[in-house]
Amino acid sequence: MMTKRILMTGNEAIAEGAIQAGCRFYAGYPITPQNELTAYMARRMLQVKGIFIQAESELSAINMVFGAAAVGERAMTSSSSPGMSLKQEGISYLAGAELPAVIVNIMRGGPGLGNIAPSQSDYFQATRGGGHGDYRCIVLAPSCVQEAYNFMGVAFDLADRYRIPVIVLGDGMLGQMMEPMVIHSLNRKAKGIEKPWALTGCQARKPNVIKSFYLKEGDLEKFNLKLQKKYRLIQQKEACYEGLFLDDAKTILVAYGTMARIAKNVLYKLREKKKKIGLVRPITLWPFPKGIFQQLSVQRKRLVALVIEMSYGQMLEDVKLCTDGKIKVEFCGRAGGGIPTEREIIKKIATL
Amino acid sequence: MLERNDLAIKKIFSRPKSLRDMQTHYCAGCGHGITHRLVAEVVDELEIRERVIAVAPVGCAVVAYDYWDFDCSEAAHGRALAVATAMKRLRPQNIVFTYQGDGDLAAIGTNETIHAANRGENLTVIFINNAVYGMTGGQMAPTTLIGQRTTTTPKGRQEKIHGWPLRISEMLAQLPGVKYIERVSLHTPSEVLKAKQAIKQAFKNQIDEVGFSLVEILSPCPTYWEMSPPEALEWIKQVMVKEFPLGKIK
Amino acid sequence: MTEEIIIAGAGGQGVMLLGKVLAQAGLIQGKYVTWLPSYGAEVRGGTAYCMVIVSDKQIGSPYIDKADTLIIMNEPSFRKFYSYLKDNGLLILNTSFINLAESQLYKRRRVVKHPFTDIAMQMGNARVANMIALGGYLAQKDIVDQRSVIKAMEEMTLTDKRELLEVNKQALYTGLKLYGKS
Repeated sequence: MMTKRILMTGNEAIAEGAIQAGCRFYAGYPITPQNELTAYMARRMLQVKGIFIQAESELSAINMVFGAAAVGERAMTSSSSPGMSLKQEGISYLAGAELPAVIVNIMRGGPGLGNIAPSQSDYFQATRGGGHGDYRCIVLAPSCVQEAYNFMGVAFDLADRYRIPVIVLGDGMLGQMMEPMVIHSLNRKAKGIEKPWALTGCQARKPNVIKSFYLKEGDLEKFNLKLQKKYRLIQQKEACYEGLFLDDAKTILVAYGTMARIAKNVLYKLREKKKKIGLVRPITLWPFPKGIFQQLSVQRKRLVALVIEMSYGQMLEDVKLCTDGKIKVEFCGRAGGGIPTEREIIKKIATL
Repeated sequence: MLERNDLAIKKIFSRPKSLRDMQTHYCAGCGHGITHRLVAEVVDELEIRERVIAVAPVGCAVVAYDYWDFDCSEAAHGRALAVATAMKRLRPQNIVFTYQGDGDLAAIGTNETIHAANRGENLTVIFINNAVYGMTGGQMAPTTLIGQRTTTTPKGRQEKIHGWPLRISEMLAQLPGVKYIERVSLHTPSEVLKAKQAIKQAFKNQIDEVGFSLVEILSPCPTYWEMSPPEALEWIKQVMVKEFPLGKIK
Repeated sequence: MTEEIIIAGAGGQGVMLLGKVLAQAGLIQGKYVTWLPSYGAEVRGGTAYCMVIVSDKQIGSPYIDKADTLIIMNEPSFRKFYSYLKDNGLLILNTSFINLAESQLYKRRRVVKHPFTDIAMQMGNARVANMIALGGYLAQKDIVDQRSVIKAMEEMTLTDKRELLEVNKQALYTGLKLYGKS
């Protein structure tokens, strides 16, 4: 394993992370700004004797992932916002069939064809399920190239452990930028998780069935309750965030992914000027790290939370739900290619 | 003197091992039950039950996995061949087949169908053409005949408005990746036997790694053709085979 | 210290590579670096660019809206990016493809102009204009040192392209010499 720092784009780091995590199936369809990920997989899968397929559509790609997951392989696809809308059908089926898979969304501006600039406008789609039915996906939000790599190991482990689709949510900037990173081993326990449910041919066992169809009265409700139980467990165990200066902060910045990098710079600049600023960076967007917000809003009534997003206030709703009106929640956001700058954020903080 | 064995009653017909002992949900006279059985017989005869992975469609045959006694997966509507592609690529040692209706294979899943065929995936496709959407209540299918009445063509299918019946098997036969296509029917016992031979060929091709093989089966839907089962079989014989001629296409 | 550099030019002028070498040199010196390219449809318009940040501190946004240095290889890129330069910023221009000999736009900026492409052609390879420009940058600013840049170039050269490495090194030295450095 290499321990040397190298320069890699976020897209390539995600792909390499997947390979290191044991992913041996990738299907995708070209879309900017994540094409480097697909091209990297085309090269790497040859080396590791995995399967790479350039699918005829996003629909086909996600359904190929469904097939790969059904036979027990660690499988993934990647896309960007418009492509993710198409993938929602397959993601709903993966959730319904309780199949593990990893889906990467390198977000771009929307709605519609939008543009190819970085954006965080797919937060609702990712964290609310996105397709039809009462389901959730675990959503991880890396904010640097090293995390983009590391989180792929986490993503595949969570997917296998809970038999759930996991979305890794980045944006065009994270995907395109190069940063120093280290390719270290992602060997993890869950890699060896048994999949007795997988379709491998019914030799020496009863036939297995992968399905999401429950026609008999009552069956689908029972299945949904089982899913809800699983989701509650994930909410209890897997919520994750990074907190900075929460002990004395009077204003906390709330941002994820690329936006959190900019927010952090703002924080350090203002800290140098003795301003009491803190930061919460949700790492899992679903499950949302409710606990820290509930705790802060109970303990510190005069706290102000400033949510900063490359969208017009999507995560904002989660922060408001968790704080339940107990503290003031403000917002600073731009989208469609606009990125809130340090200056804009500092200006906004001055008005709080 | 007669040997004991000569007197013993021999079992010459029984339920295939690959078919579960249960009643299907299909309507009287429907072709799905027959086709399920043919597939099960072929799987038994080729001794591949423990290697088979079936991909069921969305449509009347959605619960085929309840009837077959081997590994099965569902697929979203039209996506069976995408699902099967990944399975076969990852597990070439398994025998992977899809079972799809006309709406699934030739309307919502046309893209998946054409591209799996064009990649020459080593898969077996059982394609049920009954010229109508059954599960949703008898709407026009891509294969609905000119003049045929459905809930969405109350005055019968008209070329000018609805286009022509889609002969997807003939289309697919143009592709170099496609190795075997035959159209068969279920309207007489002898046709049923021919259908079984074609199904067997399509599975053998996969075992021998020949490549993409598809069997189109003209199958009766008395319920949405608004006919009795015998009338439905007669309609295939008199009308449907004219639009969809039987025989080996490739 | 944080240095924000935009490098822009036409496709084929090697602006992406110039940026990568800079970023790699920064990495070798143990600094925080980011490299952000233009991508997709933007590239079709004839202006390719990348944004490189080299810093002693963690880097927030890799996107630069106010640059300390612009390295500009052709005129469309100049028009697109001149407004991104900070007052007193450094402007490095390839006059082989930029005809604005004297411009109001140069006011309050340190301007360094040379026909990098012509010089590169005299050296026998128009494609090394980027490394001459990089040499020019190194002569002007002490953000990364020459040794790290050479090491970066060596690390980034594929083993079957060793002869290109020499040509690129010579171009770099040529750029340094333009400003009396070696």
